[in-house]
Amino acid sequence: MTHATGQKYLRPGVLPHMWCAGCGIGTMLGALLRAFEELEYRPADTVVVTGIGCTGKLDDYLLTNALHTTHGRALAYATGIKAFRPHLHVIAVMGDGDSVNIGGNHFIHACRRNIGLTAIVLNNFNFGMTGGQASATTPEWSFTSTTSYGNPERAFDICALAEVAGANYVARSTPHHGWEMQGLMKRALANRGFSLVEVISPCPTHFGRRNEMPETVQSLHWLKEHAVPVERYRGLSPAEREGRFPIGTLVERDEPDFNTSYDRVRARAAEGRPA
Amino acid sequence: METEPARRPRLLQGNQAIAEGAIYAGARFYAGYPITPSSEIADECATRMPRIGGVYLQMEDEIASIAAVIGAALAGAKALTATSGPGFSLMQENLGLAVLGEVPCVVVDVQRSGPSTGLATKPAQSDIMQARWGRHGDQSVIALCPATVGECFGLTVQAFNLAERFRTPVVLLADEIVGHMRENVLLPAPGVIAVLERAAPHGEPSSYQPFGAVEEGVAPLAAYGGEYVFHVTSSMHGADGTSNNNPDNAAARIRHLHEKIDRHRDEIVMTRAFDTADADVLIVTLGAPTRASRSAALEARAAGIRAGVLQLQTVWPFPAEKVATLGQRARIVVVPEMNYSGQVAGEVRKVLGPAADIRRVNRYNGTIITPGEILDVIMRPAGAKEDAAA
Repeated sequence: MTHATGQKYLRPGVLPHMWCAGCGIGTMLGALLRAFEELEYRPADTVVVTGIGCTGKLDDYLLTNALHTTHGRALAYATGIKAFRPHLHVIAVMGDGDSVNIGGNHFIHACRRNIGLTAIVLNNFNFGMTGGQASATTPEWSFTSTTSYGNPERAFDICALAEVAGANYVARSTPHHGWEMQGLMKRALANRGFSLVEVISPCPTHFGRRNEMPETVQSLHWLKEHAVPVERYRGLSPAEREGRFPIGTLVERDEPDFNTSYDRVRARAAEGRPA
Repeated sequence: METEPARRPRLLQGNQAIAEGAIYAGARFYAGYPITPSSEIADECATRMPRIGGVYLQMEDEIASIAAVIGAALAGAKALTATSGPGFSLMQENLGLAVLGEVPCVVVDVQRSGPSTGLATKPAQSDIMQARWGRHGDQSVIALCPATVGECFGLTVQAFNLAERFRTPVVLLADEIVGHMRENVLLPAPGVIAVLERAAPHGEPSSYQPFGAVEEGVAPLAAYGGEYVFHVTSSMHGADGTSNNNPDNAAARIRHLHEKIDRHRDEIVMTRAFDTADADVLIVTLGAPTRASRSAALEARAAGIRAGVLQLQTVWPFPAEKVATLGQRARIVVVPEMNYSGQVAGEVRKVLGPAADIRRVNRYNGTIITPGEILDVIMRPAGAKEDAAA
């Protein structure tokens, strides 16, 4: 058996890509396209929705349907597509700024609505496209172009946010764990409700450079040392968890998705039962 | 499916008639966020859409509402949202995507008094310029303005037809008076008003150009999930829908967005003229003040003044030719509108020039313009000081 390459979803002539050496977006995109291939997605039945920022540029690389939207709103656009055409595979790919800064409201409501989208969030702890400013995931007291003295604000845990807001599937990975990432993306895509895969990624150009990890290899080592498989993470004491984060499938539920629930609304409407 | 009731006049509210018009036009997707004075449109769509295979989605805010509408439209839906001033403000950025991405959809703005929360339940017509210029970037737009409950229905159908014909968002600029007014209306049977379906692409899917130039001005739009795979982007793009920074391409794209509307003004501009054939006094108005204007014109005629009314059912693109033809023949042009700044009067001034005797009737306190106020302005001697109404 040959391994999936994902190449059939990649527009010819677009490589090499635009992202910086060491950025995790390429690894993330490769894992996503290989997951598409393993699930035998047809490009015509697949819509990739992007926002704005480094991650938001990836629609131009694709041979699937694509919708490149406004900053933070990818999930809202994707919701309209999925609600009207439930059979489509709708994937929203966003950065940390896109998903939980400007788009934070859409993020929690898409989770709550449990609409059958797959959200892929590339979290590199800062706004890369605009020069490395602090985002809602910038760790407290770390340095960015707008937190020269250290970040006084606390960071969102994107996965925890998705879990409490009601997402059916929540997973986390890193570019150091490309093979596992691909498997998590497949599970996320296959789940019928709202699914999230957070990809913790290096940004050597901005965040890494300002936080003593200017070399990609340093960032990858950092990811390797601080990412702990969730099964093992659960057995760690609070002291041992300090500075580490769990990767793998964090939440897997089978609550009804929006379209299934809306079919019940239609059935009630057909019976003529307005309140 | 709903059974067809016997066709007789129904006592309908303007907002209900807008929902009826949308469904008649084939709308099967509504996404919105509640706001006075538009909420009855949401209520109606929430009840009706699931019965006819459609979708009602209550989104987290108006930003998400218009985004969901655009997403559904690209998946093949005729889709709408309804709001009022504050929500319309929130929609502007994504409305710009519908303009650049050439996505057909309808946005209803039942105007209320601002700025900000303002007089939240009171009428105004102060979003006319917001509809035209509310977004960043250079662009054109279509906006229609109903004056009666019947027009709430009919112009909503036309809004969808124009959106499909020109692949563009269309704004229906209602106001609180028209939206909440109830009148007996006989809704037309299906097929009586022509409903335009979206032009489908033909030919080899691999050669489909979603933004290719075509003779009629717009390329056919495929739907996500069909055989035509396509890209739509908020960035400047070439004919294939992927981003493109070439200056010549950008210039051609911006020109196209304007010209596809400007060159088809005869298909888009709708006006109604009442007693204008011999009008010496021309009242140019739109929306709720149309009724007061017609009363004032009739009273003026009873007093021996040849007055007529030009009602702008289309406000954008501005009916400049019609205003010029009738306005240049008139001695006095009166423009009643529910705002301080004279958003329509300014356009009339652009058309008729600095020397024309254009008299504004402005009301911006959340109450209706009366026929008496308009009549007073008609009767005022030429050159008398213009004092702003309440």
